[in-house]
Parts: sequence; C-alpha cells; structure tokens
Amino acid sequence: MRPIHHLFGIADLDHEQIEYLVNLGHSFIDINRRSLKKAPTLRGKTVINLFFENSTRTRTSFELAGKRLSADVINISASTSATKKGESLIDTGMTLAAMQPHVLVIRHSVSGTCQLLADYLGDTSIVNAGDGAHEHPTQILTDLLTLKQTWDSMEGKVITLVGDITHSRVARSHLLAAKIMGYKLRVVAPKTLLPAEIERYGCEVYNDFDAALPGSDAVYMLRMQTERMTDNCSIPSIREYHEAYGLNRKRLNLAGSDTLVLHPGPMNRGVEIASDVADSVNSHILSQVEHGVAVRMAVLAALCGGDDHDE
Amino acid sequence: MSVSLLITGGRVIDPANAIDRVCDLWIEDGRIAGVGSFDGIADATIDATGQIVCPGLIDMHVHLREPGQEWKEDIESGSRAAVAGGVTTMCCMPNTGPHIDHAGIARQIIERSNQVGLCNVLPIGAVTKNLDGKELTEMRELTRAGCVAFSDDGMPIWHAGVMRKALEYSSSFDFMIIQHAEEQQLTAGGCINEGWISTQLGVTGMPVEGEDSMIARDIMLARRTGARYHVAHISSQGGVELVRAARAEGLNVTTEAAPHHFALTEEEVLGFNVDAKMSPPLRTEADRLAIIEGLRDGTIEVIATDHAPHHEDDKRCGLSCAAFGIIGLETMLPVSLDLVRNDILSMADLIAKMTSNPARLLRLDAGTLNIGTAADITIFDAESKWKVDRETMVSKGKNTPWHGKEMTGQVIHTIKAGCIVFSKGQV
Repeated sequence: MRPIHHLFGIADLDHEQIEYLVNLGHSFIDINRRSLKKAPTLRGKTVINLFFENSTRTRTSFELAGKRLSADVINISASTSATKKGESLIDTGMTLAAMQPHVLVIRHSVSGTCQLLADYLGDTSIVNAGDGAHEHPTQILTDLLTLKQTWDSMEGKVITLVGDITHSRVARSHLLAAKIMGYKLRVVAPKTLLPAEIERYGCEVYNDFDAALPGSDAVYMLRMQTERMTDNCSIPSIREYHEAYGLNRKRLNLAGSDTLVLHPGPMNRGVEIASDVADSVNSHILSQVEHGVAVRMAVLAALCGGDDHDE
Repeated sequence: MSVSLLITGGRVIDPANAIDRVCDLWIEDGRIAGVGSFDGIADATIDATGQIVCPGLIDMHVHLREPGQEWKEDIESGSRAAVAGGVTTMCCMPNTGPHIDHAGIARQIIERSNQVGLCNVLPIGAVTKNLDGKELTEMRELTRAGCVAFSDDGMPIWHAGVMRKALEYSSSFDFMIIQHAEEQQLTAGGCINEGWISTQLGVTGMPVEGEDSMIARDIMLARRTGARYHVAHISSQGGVELVRAARAEGLNVTTEAAPHHFALTEEEVLGFNVDAKMSPPLRTEADRLAIIEGLRDGTIEVIATDHAPHHEDDKRCGLSCAAFGIIGLETMLPVSLDLVRNDILSMADLIAKMTSNPARLLRLDAGTLNIGTAADITIFDAESKWKVDRETMVSKGKNTPWHGKEMTGQVIHTIKAGCIVFSKGQV
C-alpha cells in the first residue's frame, strides 16, 4: 500500500488505502467500548487540533481518538475572523509546526487550506477535518465503517444524499469515494442547492426526493444551514424545505423497511429530518458518531505509524 | 546621410503601412527617418538579422498600482517590466489610490512616467467618481489632463442608468468607455469560473452569464447612444458572439483579449493555484477557442494584458481569499506568438493587435513606423526560447501562471523615441 503522509481528501486515496483505514478503524471499535479505553499505539506522539470553524463533534472525536491511543493532544480554536488573511493562517501553521507535532488536524472555512499549509509545514502530517465546501475525508471513512457493520460490501449499494449539496464537503468527498469504492450516489436537492455540473461525478441527480427514494439502500441527510439559506434565496422557507426535502416516516417507507438513515450531524430536527425517523431503528446516526472516533484513531495511527525508526 | 541609429538586417513589420520585408530602418532625432535600404553613416547600428523589427508594442490595459499600492508595483517597476516585454506605450487603469477620477492624479502619473522615461504611460480616467458607479467624472477635464479613455475597471459600471448616461455623455465628446463586464449580482463571492472545476474544488464560481449579460445590456445601450464601447478582457464565447453581432450591425463596439484567456483554461486552477485566479476568470476550452476565433476573424482587434501585479501576501492564502489578477507584460509577446505558430494569425496581424489596432481605437499617434513619428520600436526573436522564473520577473508582482514554463519568443531590444530602453540581458 502507498504510505499515507497527509490526509487532504478522499481524492488522494485509492481503494486499498480506504479499505485499510476502514478495517483499521474496525479494529479500534472495541477499545472505545472497553472500560479501560487506552492503547499505547501513539505514545510519545503529539497531535494538534487546529479548528478555525466551530465544531463540537469532529473536534471531540479527534481529541478522543488521539487520547485513547495515548498521544498528547492539544486543541486550538482559532477564530476565523482573526485568521481570514492568508499570512496569519500560514504563520499560525508554521508556528505550531515549529513545536514539532506529528500531526496537525485542521478545519477551516476556506477550501484548499490543507494544500496551502502543506507547503509551509515541513514534515508535519496534516489531516483535513473539513475545508470549506471541498472535502471532509474522515466523515466519509466514518460512514463507510458504519455501513460495514451492516453491509458486507459497498459494491452496488445505492446511497441517496439529500440537502445542500452546493455547500457540502461531505457530499463532495462521498461523490469521490463512491467512484473508488463502487457504490452509487443519488443526490437530491432543488437546483438552488446543486453546484454546476454535479452529474460529472457520475451520480444521479434528482430534484424530486420521492422519486429518488425507491431502491435506496441508505438515505443520507445533510444538515441544512438554515441561517444562510433563506438570506440568499436558496430556499423560500424552512417550512417549504421540510415539506419538499425533509425525511419523515412516510418518505422512508418509499425506500424500504431496511433502508438505513445517516446524518453527519448536527441534526436540525423538523428541518431535514423528522424525529420519528431520527430516533427509529433505521437510524445509524449515533453509530456514525461512535465509529467516527474509531476511524480517526485509524487515521492518526496510519499517519504516525511506521516512522518509529527515529526513536 | 548621417543618422543616430540604424537597425539593419531585420524583418521589418509595420502593419499600418503594410510593410513586411527584410530591410533597414533608421532613426534620427528620436524619430523614424526611413525604412528601406540605408546608404550612409550611422552613429550606432543594431544588427537585427533573423529578428523582427516592429512598432513598439502598446498594452492598453495595465494596473500600475501607483499611487497607493506601490508595494505591488509602481510606475518605475511597471515601466521596466513593460519595456522588458517590448511594450513602449501602456494605458493604466484608474483603480489606484486615489483613483484617476480627477485631473491632478492623471497629470501626476504622466509626470512620474516621464521622469522614469522608459515607457509612455497614458492614463485611463474613471467613468465615475471614486469608481462607485454613481456620479460621472469630469471627462473633458480628464481628457485635457491626458486620459485616453474611461473605465471603472476592476469594477463594472453596474447601474444601467448610470451606464446609459456615461455612454451618452462620453459619446457627446467622442470619448471611449471601457467596461469591465461583470454582473456582480451573479458573480458575488465567486473566485473562479463556475463549472466542473469550481464544483470539484468546493469554491463559489462566477458564472459566464455574469459577463455575457452585461455585455448584452451594454450593447443595447451602445446601440441607443452610438457610443464607442469597448469590452475589456473578454473571456467568454457568449461575449465574443455578442460583440461580433454588434460589429456586424455597425455599432462602435470593440474588444480586447488577454493572453491568458486564449492560452489557458480553468483547468489551470486545479490544485488551488492562486496564480491562475483573475477576473474575469479562466474559462472553458470552448471559451478559449471562441476567443481565438474572435482574434482570427477580427472581432477581437486588440491583445492587452490586464497586467495586475500583487504582493505575495495578497496571493498566499486560500483560493477564495487570494487577490484577483496576474502579471502579463513580460509574457504577452511570447504567449501571443503561439497564435502565429498555430496558423491563427499572420505575424503582421498579430503585431497589429498589439500596435496599430489599439493606437487606432485610442486615437494615438503611435503603433506605426510612419516617417517622422516617435521612434518607438520593438525588436524580438520569434524563435528564441527562455524559461519563466517568477524570481527574475522584472515586475514587482511575481504572480504569473507561467512560472517554470518555457516561452518561445524573446524581446531583444526595446527602443523608445530613438533611445534603447531595454536590451536582453540588461535592464
């Protein structure tokens, strides 16, 4: 397998690497369920979580992942406004890299931030925890690990992805992963929330949610960023959005009783997803959260491992 | 006969006078004294054997950043970059600080460029005060101060009512309006062309309709007013078609293309390349080919660089934050020579787009080898190869998408008013 030094996105991974990370994540699930949640894998390693965007779930997930593998983990929440200028972003990155961490986990609202920083950070490995509307690779690995618990293989499965595709890094990373792993994606949104030429990823594009549901093995609801959607005329109202694109029990029945429901969180109940679905047996949403820790342990282990020659 | 400078053995191309032959060109008192077979004594001689001798290039669209942003470029560094690229006359856009929206700034720029003495600098005056699209500038006063056309470049004249008035007023005195055609309601927040590339990179795109719709609107207003309307840096297939139709109709509509728009596509931005970010953005292959066709059939009469130097700090940030623009003065000629190598244009037609055509549009006494005119001359080797290195660019701006690329075609000498202001290997 090609070694993984940085994890910028799914775009940089091949089938073998994705399988490896998901399988490694699978092997870490048990550690998280034990009463003594600690393994020595990353003892002596330093991980810095550098988050320029608000995040509870992803940051906590990376923090626990590092700590449960015995790494020293530092969290930094930088306000985006103070670091919007590139030079201070690069300076912040270089400053932290000078302290010799093994891994820098970065979330930023600007697409391409990891690629930009990589040129300045020497040997420090970079993990993309979400950059703008570009990529969010660990979320996709999380989803694949979650689905692996139910499905033997991703090959030929149909996942229907619903919501604000335009601003979704989760959608883009999934569209890339689908091609690599052999599953099919249907994307569902009004045209106001679909980016240009989205079909070139090889996905099926629907404006009508109900038409997309039959034959879906999983329905993946994206968070509606309600604060900006009505301002820029992308949707007329939350009410109408929920009516057209909200997942409720009636809609889920169009897909099938075995259809899985996923959501990267945080959920807006009553907007993109109704509580009767979110809390149903079909929902694997909390399972995703659990597997997120395991997969991030796998990512950190893969990036830090194998360089022990200098110890 | 005794002359001050003789250029011998070169292929002299003067599109305005339909000259394209190997002959001598001689200069006396800073003016062109003759083209043909020289028989006499010269104080100095340049052997241009195997090289092309043409009128000094004119770049009607540059940003010199002075006054106001001298850390990006100034009149001196911009002039040095210009002559290194064979340009002896350039028109600087008014988005300086303060803007070129009153006569004093125009005079100051001309005075400073005369002190530098390398390249003729002709200001483009603002159409609206403070470039805010509301009140017209004193165009007659600005013209008396040396402005050769009017534009709010960088910003479109977005308000249709103001644009109508600007076209009516300017055409009352036969001034030209140059429009940065961009409907910003459509392009808001965008940083590259909207399409497959912007979708993959997860950045907001600028749809091509932003350019096309404003050109379409402006052509309607140009039809009503009869104004001289010039589309700056045309980048889209739709835009080229609109201008072609307007010209066929007999309207006073002209346009220019920048080398990057006929040499590169949006693919250049992949990998978040900030040095391929400019406005209007690099577009698709279909757009690129449409611009080439527009150059070929004469719809696009002018090649101009939109030279837009920026400091590293303004570029080294994410694609969506980086400043718009690339430098172009030093690469204009070799990049454009591809049009000759690819049999799109004859050498004379290409040179016309960088000399006599912009001079005609701007009513300049330049861009020709007419006897008695100022001896602004460019001598270049169309075959000579060199590699672009951002560190050795003469411009203060290092923001070029051609860093590391090989160029074919190199300026050997640039002569302004009979004085050699640039020779290859020396600045």
